[in-house]
Amino acid sequence: MIEMNADPQPLKHFVSPDPFDPYSVEEVSPEQEKLFLASQWRMMWLRFKKHRLAVAAAWVLAVMYASILFVEFLAPYGLHSRNVDFIFAPPQRVHLFDKGEFIGPFVYAYDYRLDMETLKRIYTPNPEKPEKIRFFCRGDSYSFWGLIQGETHLFCQPNGGTLFLLGSDRLGRDMFSRILYGMRISLTIGLVGVTVSFVLGILLGGLAGYYGGWIDDLVQRAIEILRSIPHLPLWLALSAILPVTWSPLLIYFGITIILGLIDWTGLARAVRSRLLSLREEDFCVAAELMGASPGRIIFRHLMPSFMSHLIASATLAIPGMILGETALSFLGLGIRAPIVSWGVLLNEAQNIQVVALYPWLMLPMAPVVLVVLAFNFMGDGLRDAADPYK
Amino acid sequence: MLRYLIQRLFVMVPTLLVISFLVFAIIQAPPGDYLETMIAEQQSRGENVDQEKIDFLRHTYGLDQPFYLQYLHWMFGEWDGLRHEHGGLIFGDMGYSFEYNQPVSVVVGSRLTLTVIISLACTLFVWLVSFPIAVYSATHQYSFFDYLFTFFGYIGLATPSFLIALILLYFANIWFGTSIGGLVDPQYMDQPMSWGKFASVLQHMWIPVIVIGLPGTAGMIRRLRANLLDELSKQYVVTGRAKGLPPFRLLVKYPLRISLNPFIADIGSLLPELISGSVVVSVVMSLPISGPMLLESLRSQDMYLAGSFLMFMAFLTVIGIFISDLALAMLDPRIRFGAGSGK
Repeated sequence: MIEMNADPQPLKHFVSPDPFDPYSVEEVSPEQEKLFLASQWRMMWLRFKKHRLAVAAAWVLAVMYASILFVEFLAPYGLHSRNVDFIFAPPQRVHLFDKGEFIGPFVYAYDYRLDMETLKRIYTPNPEKPEKIRFFCRGDSYSFWGLIQGETHLFCQPNGGTLFLLGSDRLGRDMFSRILYGMRISLTIGLVGVTVSFVLGILLGGLAGYYGGWIDDLVQRAIEILRSIPHLPLWLALSAILPVTWSPLLIYFGITIILGLIDWTGLARAVRSRLLSLREEDFCVAAELMGASPGRIIFRHLMPSFMSHLIASATLAIPGMILGETALSFLGLGIRAPIVSWGVLLNEAQNIQVVALYPWLMLPMAPVVLVVLAFNFMGDGLRDAADPYK
Repeated sequence: MLRYLIQRLFVMVPTLLVISFLVFAIIQAPPGDYLETMIAEQQSRGENVDQEKIDFLRHTYGLDQPFYLQYLHWMFGEWDGLRHEHGGLIFGDMGYSFEYNQPVSVVVGSRLTLTVIISLACTLFVWLVSFPIAVYSATHQYSFFDYLFTFFGYIGLATPSFLIALILLYFANIWFGTSIGGLVDPQYMDQPMSWGKFASVLQHMWIPVIVIGLPGTAGMIRRLRANLLDELSKQYVVTGRAKGLPPFRLLVKYPLRISLNPFIADIGSLLPELISGSVVVSVVMSLPISGPMLLESLRSQDMYLAGSFLMFMAFLTVIGIFISDLALAMLDPRIRFGAGSGK
């Protein structure tokens, strides 16, 4: 037995001498307070910023989308300018030093010779003829957005020389410039297509999720049916409908609408399931009891709570469209020349003989892969950030 | 189980009917028909137009009739009262190919078989490859190989498969000086299916199978990895580990089984993806499956040929989804007894 009434001994365990403050747990540092008081969108932003890869991808995309505004200025050549003397010229390397001497960025001029046995064009860089690249120079004239006439380029070919950073194609057109011009179409087609499928998805998914009942059944069946037809053959069949007589611009819009028409199912599903669960929430019932119209409830009260998810899934839907357009144009049923997209450029590389002889014709696939990767990374980051309260 | 099976069958039939209507509407949509194009072409060459044959074709396929009659004709064939006379997709008559001047079934026969074989092989490939990789990646999260597989997965997702095919062709050309296009040795080209041809097909098939299956594999690894990770972080796993369950049994007994569900359910999204991929890849590699001929028939408005291909692809997918639903129901009693609609 232990003696209970002994003198108070020093306690065996440690007791802090600091005064006891029962509220210390609830105190928050200024940073935490900022986080706790932050709005939903601000929290998403903070969360997104932590995702390094996603931020980097966002920067890549931002730069690319910004540069499609100034393609005419950035590209050294015009979209259709041909160099008949330099057909299928391989990429030219940019050098800085000539024979140990620094002379700024330059290329060696090409010597051209026809191999009489194989009838292959052979270009060899001539180390005796270094030609300096010009900057902010006058080159092919262009009309900037069809409004401003100009001929200034960021950089262009040396006087009397050529500058094929990524080689030239069968008409002697500069691949680098054409890839830049193609970027304009390839990047916007995803955006326009996603807008179409976004509108369809929200509308149909919203109707299905909000009203339920037979509308829901109908939309659900439609989604199931559309999903069970392979997309690409369907896209092919639909783009075969586009009349040959249409102008390239009309074809472009036709293709985007076709891409969007088939692709809305994923978004509609997301909207529907979100709405189904949100519809039962108290704030929604309250709004309904106060006599708000369905449109107001959907757009004013429900939409903000799942918009972030929608944006994330839309971002993840864009690469599919870009790949779809590339495949369509590659097969010759998508965008048609003279409008140029990456798929149209790759169309030239369809033949294995061409690829074996002139591998640089396959270079347009590099930006395709880059953009699709960037969209995937950014979409992943957005999806993680979409629900910041988790 | 029987109830569930019957229920799924009941969903499948109307689905196929609606798809057939959609397909027919799409292939009918371009202005004019093949016969008009043909007449114009022959007249421009100064040839005599065989009016009798054209009238016969017009009549047989009812090209002069209104749209819905044409559809009914294509789908259900010719009827005399209640007696079925001839034709109709549901009776196996796929119509007449104007381009090849032969019944569609004669033109497409072997192509459809090969399409089925390739699709099955691709599905198997996707499963066999993605399963071990995904399990490894999930159990060794953030390890070197996890990052490596994730990296390759992203590349596989981002690169269009026809480009991978082109690159493979390119390197095969450089290294071996040969072309790997085609699906059989030349001597079997026009022969009917035989064991020799089958073996030759197997020899040639692995490259297209890899190329077509790659994006699907990448996606599958991603999904299975995410599912398994979700499952592994649940409390019952922690409890099992705390109670001293051997790691392997802890993994296989429940988490793996549960994360297998989407593995099978995903065949619904995997099959359309594979078939889409095969269309472009087969054009690049000149495989004798449905892709190149579908493209050709779409360009030349050979509507019954195109329609048969589209219908066949959709049919393959719907059957695939049906089978995956059944497998899912067998695997997961919750679905079987709830008799709900998948997932």
